[in-house]
Amino acid sequence: MVTAMTAAANALPPADVHIEVRDLRLAYDAREVIHGISFDLHRHEILGVIGPAQSGKTSLLRCLNRTIEFTPGTQVSGSIRFNGEDIARTDDVFGLRRKIGMVAPLPVGLPLSIYDNVAFAPRCAGLKGKSDLDSIVEQCLRQAALWDEVKDRLDNLGTKLSGGQQQRLTIARALSHQPEILCLDEFSIAIDPVTTMRIEDVLKELRQSMTIVLVTNLTQQARRLADRTFFLWSGEIVEFGPTEQIFGEKPKDRRTYDYVRGIFG
Amino acid sequence: MTAPASNFTETARGRRKRRQEVIAKWIFGSMAAAMIVPLLLIVGYLIVRAAPSLKLEFLLDIPRKGMTAGGIWPAFIGTIYLVFLSLAFSAPVGILAAVYLNEYAKDNWFNRLINLAVINLAGVPSIVHALFGLGAFVYAARFGYSIISASLTLAIMTLPVIIASTRESLASVPRSFREACWNVGATRWQTIRAVVLPNSISGILTGVILQVSRAAGETAPVMFTGAVFFKAVQRGDLLPYALTDQCMALSMHLYTLSTQVPGVQESIPYATAVVLLGSVLLVNTAAITLRAYLRSRKKW
Repeated sequence: MVTAMTAAANALPPADVHIEVRDLRLAYDAREVIHGISFDLHRHEILGVIGPAQSGKTSLLRCLNRTIEFTPGTQVSGSIRFNGEDIARTDDVFGLRRKIGMVAPLPVGLPLSIYDNVAFAPRCAGLKGKSDLDSIVEQCLRQAALWDEVKDRLDNLGTKLSGGQQQRLTIARALSHQPEILCLDEFSIAIDPVTTMRIEDVLKELRQSMTIVLVTNLTQQARRLADRTFFLWSGEIVEFGPTEQIFGEKPKDRRTYDYVRGIFG
Repeated sequence: MTAPASNFTETARGRRKRRQEVIAKWIFGSMAAAMIVPLLLIVGYLIVRAAPSLKLEFLLDIPRKGMTAGGIWPAFIGTIYLVFLSLAFSAPVGILAAVYLNEYAKDNWFNRLINLAVINLAGVPSIVHALFGLGAFVYAARFGYSIISASLTLAIMTLPVIIASTRESLASVPRSFREACWNVGATRWQTIRAVVLPNSISGILTGVILQVSRAAGETAPVMFTGAVFFKAVQRGDLLPYALTDQCMALSMHLYTLSTQVPGVQESIPYATAVVLLGSVLLVNTAAITLRAYLRSRKKW
C-alpha cells in the first residue's frame, strides 16, 4: 500500500510536491505515536486527514512546523521536506513556521487587541510600517470573513470576541504571515454550523493561493472539501487516495469503509 | 397511601441533611472567624499599650536620653533603606530567574538542580541566612557591617519566595497563548514580551511587594550584618545613611529596647511595634489593592 502510493507520488512532476513526508516516526518519551508514515502534499490541493482521537493527527501537524520541539521528551525521525528542503536542517525555524499557518482546535484570541492579534506575526518577522500592517490586517480579516464584524472596533480585545469570531480571528492570524500552507486542526469543533460553512467557503477560495491541510473529525467535512484524503489510525496511514475513493463504495481497506460510515470499532 | 401534598414536601431524611448542612457551615465558619480574634487582640493590645507615645513626633524624632525616650526616626528610615535596597537586588534577579525556569528551562539535571536549590533556599532559617551574610558579604566580599551587606543578606532570603511567586504568576498564563504565538513563528522572547509578561505582571508585582513585610520584620539577618544599636542621625533626615554605613532598623530597635536597655519609657517598645506592624499592613494593603485593580482588567 505505502509502496504503491510512493510510486504514484514519484511519478508526479517534482514541482508539484509541496511537502514530502518520508517514514515519519514520533515518540513521546518511549511511546511511539506515529509509526513511520509517508505521504506527499501537493501544491494547491486540500488534503483531508481523518481519523479518531489519539491517532496522531495533531502530532503530525506539530511535526510539520516543528512546534513539537516545545514538548519535552519527543523524538522525531524520518524526513519532512518542504519545497525540497529538509525542515530538520533549516537555519530559520521561525521562518519555516511562518510559511505554515496553523489553526488550533480551540479558538485562541491572544489577550491583545484584534488589530495586534493579526499584526503580531508580521511584527515578529520584523515588519514595522503602519500602512503595511494596516493593509495586512484588513486583508487577513477579510479573508477570514471577520472584517465586517470587527472593522469598527479593531482596538477591542481579541479575547472578548465570541467563540466563532475568535476562531476566524485565529484563521486571520494564521494568514497574517502569508503562509504557503494552511493547516487547520479540527477548526470547527468550537463553532456553530453556519460559521463553519462560511469558513469552508473561505477555504475554497484560499486554495487558489495556498495549499491546505484539513484535519477533521467531521468526515463529511473532508468529503466536501478535500481533493485527496488519508485515514490515519493509531499512527499509521490506513488508506490514502482521492477523496471519492475514501468515501466511495469501494475503499481499499475495510476499516476505511467502516470509519467513514461511523461503524468503526 | 395518600399522595404527598407537594412534590417538594420535606422528608425526615431531608430535614436531617439540612440540619447537618447548617451545623457544618457554622463549624467551618467559626474556625475562619477565629482567625480575626488573634489579629484584633494583637493590634488592640499594642495600640492600647502604645497610646501615650503614638504621635507623629515619635516617628520623626530620634531616640533620646540613652534610648529611654524620644522617637524612632533612624530605625524607621533604616528599615526603609534595607527593605528597598534588598528588593532592588532580589526582584530583578528573582523575576529573571523565574522567567528562565518557567519559560526556557528544559527538564534536565541542571535545571532540576536549580529548582532544588530554590526550594531548599526557601527553607533555610533566617539565622542561618544571617550567618551566611556575615561570612559572605561582611567578610569575604569586604562590604563590612553595612547597609549593603544587610540588604544583600535580606535579598538572598527573599529571593526564593520571589522566584516561586513569579513562577506561579507566569504559569497562570494559559499555555495555549504561548502555542498560538509559537505557531506564527514568534521566538520565546517575543512570546514572553508580547503575551506572557503583560498578563502576569500583576501577580509578579504583588509577590514582590509581599516580600517587603518579610524583609522589614526580620531581625537576625540585619543584626549580624549591618544594623546597630544606635546611630546618631538628624531628626527627620531623609538621607542619613550612606550605603557603606551601618544603620538602625525597626526590628532590631524593638529587640534592643525590650531586652537590652533598662528604664525605657513603657509605651516606647509598643509604639515601635505599632509602627512596624502599621508599615507592613500598609504595604500589604497596597499589594492587595494593586492586585484587585489589575485583576479587574484581566484580559480573558
